Amino acid sequence: MSRFLKLALLASAMASPLTAEPLGLGRTATTEEIALWDIDVRPDGLGLPEGNGDVMTGDKIYTEKCSACHGVFGEGTGRWPVLAGGQGSLTDARPVKTIGSYWPYLSTVYDYINRAMPFGDAQSLTDDEVYAITAYLLYLNDEVDEEFVLSSGNFAEARLPNDGAFKPDDRSEVEFAAFKEEPCMSDCKPSVEITMRAAVLDVTPEETAAKAAAKAEEAQAAEPTPEAPPAEAPAVEVTEAPAIDPALIKAGEKVFRKCKSCHQIGAKAKNRVGPVLNGIVDGPAGAVKDFRYSKPMAAAAEAGLVWTESELSAFLGNPKGYMKGTKMSFRGVRKEEDIAALIAYLRDASE
Amino acid sequence: MTDEKQTGPSRRAFLTGAGAAAAGTLAGRASAQTDPAIAIHPWMQELGDGVDAAPYGMPSPHEADVKRRTVEWLTADPVSSINFTPLHDLDGTITPNGLCFERHHSGVARVDPAQHRLMINGLVDKSLVLTMEDLKRFPRQNHVYFLECAANSGMEWRGSQLNGCQFTHGMIHNVMYTGVPLRLVLEEAGIKPEGKWLLAEGADAAAMTRSIPMEKALDDCLVAFKMNGEALRPEQGYPVRLVVPGWEGNMWVKWLRRLEVGDQPWHHREETSKYTDLMANGVARRFTWEMDAKSVITSPSPQAPITHGPGPTVLTGLAWSGRGTIPRVDVTLDGGITWHQARMDGPSTPKALHRFYYDFEWDGKPLLLQSRAHDSTGYVQPTKNALREIRGENSIYHNNGIQTWAVDADGKAENVEIS
Repeated sequence: MSRFLKLALLASAMASPLTAEPLGLGRTATTEEIALWDIDVRPDGLGLPEGNGDVMTGDKIYTEKCSACHGVFGEGTGRWPVLAGGQGSLTDARPVKTIGSYWPYLSTVYDYINRAMPFGDAQSLTDDEVYAITAYLLYLNDEVDEEFVLSSGNFAEARLPNDGAFKPDDRSEVEFAAFKEEPCMSDCKPSVEITMRAAVLDVTPEETAAKAAAKAEEAQAAEPTPEAPPAEAPAVEVTEAPAIDPALIKAGEKVFRKCKSCHQIGAKAKNRVGPVLNGIVDGPAGAVKDFRYSKPMAAAAEAGLVWTESELSAFLGNPKGYMKGTKMSFRGVRKEEDIAALIAYLRDASE
Repeated sequence: MTDEKQTGPSRRAFLTGAGAAAAGTLAGRASAQTDPAIAIHPWMQELGDGVDAAPYGMPSPHEADVKRRTVEWLTADPVSSINFTPLHDLDGTITPNGLCFERHHSGVARVDPAQHRLMINGLVDKSLVLTMEDLKRFPRQNHVYFLECAANSGMEWRGSQLNGCQFTHGMIHNVMYTGVPLRLVLEEAGIKPEGKWLLAEGADAAAMTRSIPMEKALDDCLVAFKMNGEALRPEQGYPVRLVVPGWEGNMWVKWLRRLEVGDQPWHHREETSKYTDLMANGVARRFTWEMDAKSVITSPSPQAPITHGPGPTVLTGLAWSGRGTIPRVDVTLDGGITWHQARMDGPSTPKALHRFYYDFEWDGKPLLLQSRAHDSTGYVQPTKNALREIRGENSIYHNNGIQTWAVDADGKAENVEIS
């Protein structure tokens, strides 16, 4: 090595602040901290906790916490994911990709339920509950019978049918040779025709710039109007209704985030997993049209239950305790002040 | 190059014609009423707002239509859905922070940076906990990268479906990230020799995870906390996200809370049930991380029709590749019979958006517009049909086929497919 090169190397080493030597930043994670956050599970079973769960227990938990979105038999409701069936459909024009038809590993099921489900109440299930739901999903996919118990002991033996139908990315071998040819620049084809039009389907959301421009043109033809100010409640209404603390409503809106995955409120609200909540405060129970209430809720409605603030607080604090068998799988709002804020918001957002 | 357009006889003919037309217009105007816009407007007389009227600036109210849009029927719930960047309304290559498309799996996590920690564990010499303050003491870098969802254009596998490049191509944005090389963070913990894979995990209620091969993690990934100079937006992972240049957006874990080093991939939900490419024969490709070269004409396009009539017209669009730069884009006005090299313009760096223009004289006849990107590896963007021949139509992800807009004599544009 020339002397110059050596010097250059030395200089670059000195100039570079980036070395493999640690900077001494951060602190060591404790075993307890790692245990709390390190929840991932791999196909070889690494990360799987001790525990077990059977199909029948899984059925109960699934019905309560999962079926509202995923359907009683894993068939999916609305556009929520289908979890069972679809076997043999992967070469169809519309393949149904489920745990049984598509997923290669059972560990993925356990891991995903454990980290992200139930939707809107992640990481609330015990290890045994996750085992039980996983066992039930195997059952829904006809992989096991109803006596089956899934445990940390037999987990590694479980195989999903589509394991083996995956291969690594092979674009470089299969596609690149064809896609690296110098393309034609002139006289590339004798003629060209339109073979398909998006306008025929017309599934584009309404409001686009082009449509807005057309609308603006129409509007311009009419008399120019000043920009509409944000809707302000007329003074009369303020004096009529008791004023609710806007800060409380705002706090309630935050609490309502927990409810949003199942409930809508406001002018455009639609029934979802749960019913529309317009007029719920001081309104009759079980009164939303076209919503299929649980039997206990329908019975309570029949008996004339009204959602007064105190009834609503009791329900929101502990739904299952208040009404055994309610479809609402939500575990409840813990803090009194959050419940008060939520009710204030529900009242406000209904108007 | 469009030199023949600039100097050829057709251009000269146009100039002469345009001169005559302009003279005609002036003559016409002299007898007509004055343009009402030529007036003394309020903004010419009244004082405007003082400096603090908008302490955090907002676009002009006249730009209210420039916004992200969602497609409601796509998903069950907006909490686990996507909205799209209005590509047709933007120019240059940088996406404004407020217009970067969003994709969430359990909604936007509202993270308090003081309560946020990044944990590094697994096959490391020392399991670490870093605060945001700690992270900002590592040497940091700035890079411009595109972030594209693997499902971008995924609704077009079976044919043209949505009228607007916002919807067909808007799951992409391009910003300057400031962050710490992931390599430095990993080296701080010390990777054990058998550590070949990295699991990145998010702090939202989806606890998003992706397995990343260690080679990529040590190559060009960033642990980023700024975008276009300011803090990440909450919907983009505030206070810290992973940047995985050129690779599918799902891997760019937002609200990054944990990195685990392992000897194997984890095969979690996102890399088994999702983000795998089902081929026509029922076999699926997995670990299809890199985004292929792709381009789209942003104007004219269905949401950005030609409104000025025949005459000089600016065609523009974006091109990108997860494998490098875009030295060349070809465009056609006649559905691929004749192609022209577009003019590349603006800053261009690897794995970032590139802007192209094609300035032409529109004769008022219908057009079939396409663009075709070439990347620095020699890869040429294929047609949708060429992709379908290899991948079938069940793929969902990685649709980088050539897009066609049909422009009619009125200048209106539609998403079509052609022979």
